[in-house]
Amino acid sequence: MWLSKLLIGLVRILVGASPRWIGSTPSQAQRIYFANHSSHIDTVALWSALPPNLRARTRPVAAADYWDRDAIRRYVAVKGFNAVFIERTHADSSADPLQPLFEALEHGDSLIIFPEGTRHMHALPGPFKAGLFHLAARFPDVELVPVYLENLHRCMPKGTVFPVPLICTVRFGAALSRIANESKTAFLERVREAVVGLA
Amino acid sequence: MIAQDKFFWLIGGIAAILLMASIAGWLLGLRIKSENGRAVVDNLNARVQAWWIMVVVFAVAFLLGKVATIVLFALVSFFALREFLTLTPTRASDYRALSLAFYVLIPVQYYLIGIEWYALFSIFIPVYGFLLLPSLSALTQDVEHFLERSAKIQWGIMVTIYCISHVPALLLLDIPGYAGQNALLLFYMLLVVQMSDVLQYVFGKIFVGRTKIAPVVSPSKTVEGFIGGAVGATLIGAGMWWITPFTPLQAAGMSFITVLMGFLGGLVLSAVKRSLGAKDWGTMIKGHGGMMDRMDSVSFAAPIFFHLTRYFFTP
Repeated sequence: MWLSKLLIGLVRILVGASPRWIGSTPSQAQRIYFANHSSHIDTVALWSALPPNLRARTRPVAAADYWDRDAIRRYVAVKGFNAVFIERTHADSSADPLQPLFEALEHGDSLIIFPEGTRHMHALPGPFKAGLFHLAARFPDVELVPVYLENLHRCMPKGTVFPVPLICTVRFGAALSRIANESKTAFLERVREAVVGLA
Repeated sequence: MIAQDKFFWLIGGIAAILLMASIAGWLLGLRIKSENGRAVVDNLNARVQAWWIMVVVFAVAFLLGKVATIVLFALVSFFALREFLTLTPTRASDYRALSLAFYVLIPVQYYLIGIEWYALFSIFIPVYGFLLLPSLSALTQDVEHFLERSAKIQWGIMVTIYCISHVPALLLLDIPGYAGQNALLLFYMLLVVQMSDVLQYVFGKIFVGRTKIAPVVSPSKTVEGFIGGAVGATLIGAGMWWITPFTPLQAAGMSFITVLMGFLGGLVLSAVKRSLGAKDWGTMIKGHGGMMDRMDSVSFAAPIFFHLTRYFFTP
């Protein structure tokens, strides 16, 4: 897809987005990559750091209220990086907002998610939302891989539309072990610490 | 000999040297088995390989002509500035100043070379850039470390845009009796600087390097390496006088000054790098480090080479 190539090329020229596999190696195993979120280019930066064969089976999770807002953004998100949309505003309280993510995982795809739910303009991530906990509980065999995106909060401060070129490295950590009967709070704290540990 | 023929002799000569280096690296790889030795040989081979790529890129740009050469150096400035600012602690309030540097100063500076507007080229960054960059940052009212932030951005812009742009600026000099051959002069300057770097490395590492010049700033620089490299590169520069507008003696003098400035550039930018807490500027060029690790000496040598040539060899 030409749009994907264009997005990846642009991100590489602007921020490099070269991968550092610190605790894990690229693998065909089904995974959830979760990372700190500080700018609009995080999604494509993490996605383009993956080898092409893994990228084809990995879908970034994108906020519907931003990426599904108009036709152009929807086109970029769907055709450009094969996004899975998630509703952040609970208009329809009967539907589970995670349902599209469950479907993607059942289909065998890997996911990229930003558990903070929104952008934080700091080097370290803010508190994580519960979505990752529910995904992990429902799909115990999917590997949970922490990722730290370095420097991107400096490239694109809040309120700006185009990034300033600074080199960003994408650090992949070791897949998290599962602990039986771990509470939600403890789990979310542990996965957040895994991202912080890569900073 | 016409310019085209000189160019192919030059490229042929460089390719021959690189071929020898590649063969030497391959033979060393077969012979050396110790852990430490292996690391040195691997780094040497990575460097030689990167040299091949750099020479091909430069040669292609020169063959394509003036515009391609200017665009190539604009990209060099872009990547060098990206490395410089990645290591520089800037704040969100510097966003506008940084955008100006990347998206306005680089294109305008190189455009001015393209349209041969020398007067504005030489003052655009030191005057207009100098005054406008901190103005943009000041408007955001963030006064924390204001002077430090502004000074660091200014420094990065002077070195990576202003200084490096003096390499392709050689194309706009009108040297009597040398019309149409300026690209050779550009190649010549780069050759002398890079040969000096390579020979300093070779003399320092493989032969006799013992007495360190500035161990804190740059542990790899030795007196022996410097003398060997400086003498070697000056002799090579003098021997290559036939591609320049200089006589052999003038070529030796220009080469010597170029080598000296290149050495100082390496030293100063190494100090800058260390004060920013890094060992290499980046990882872009395998074996060498980042773009700035390769361009540090060029950035100091180019403006002086340019101005000496302009002063002594143009009417």
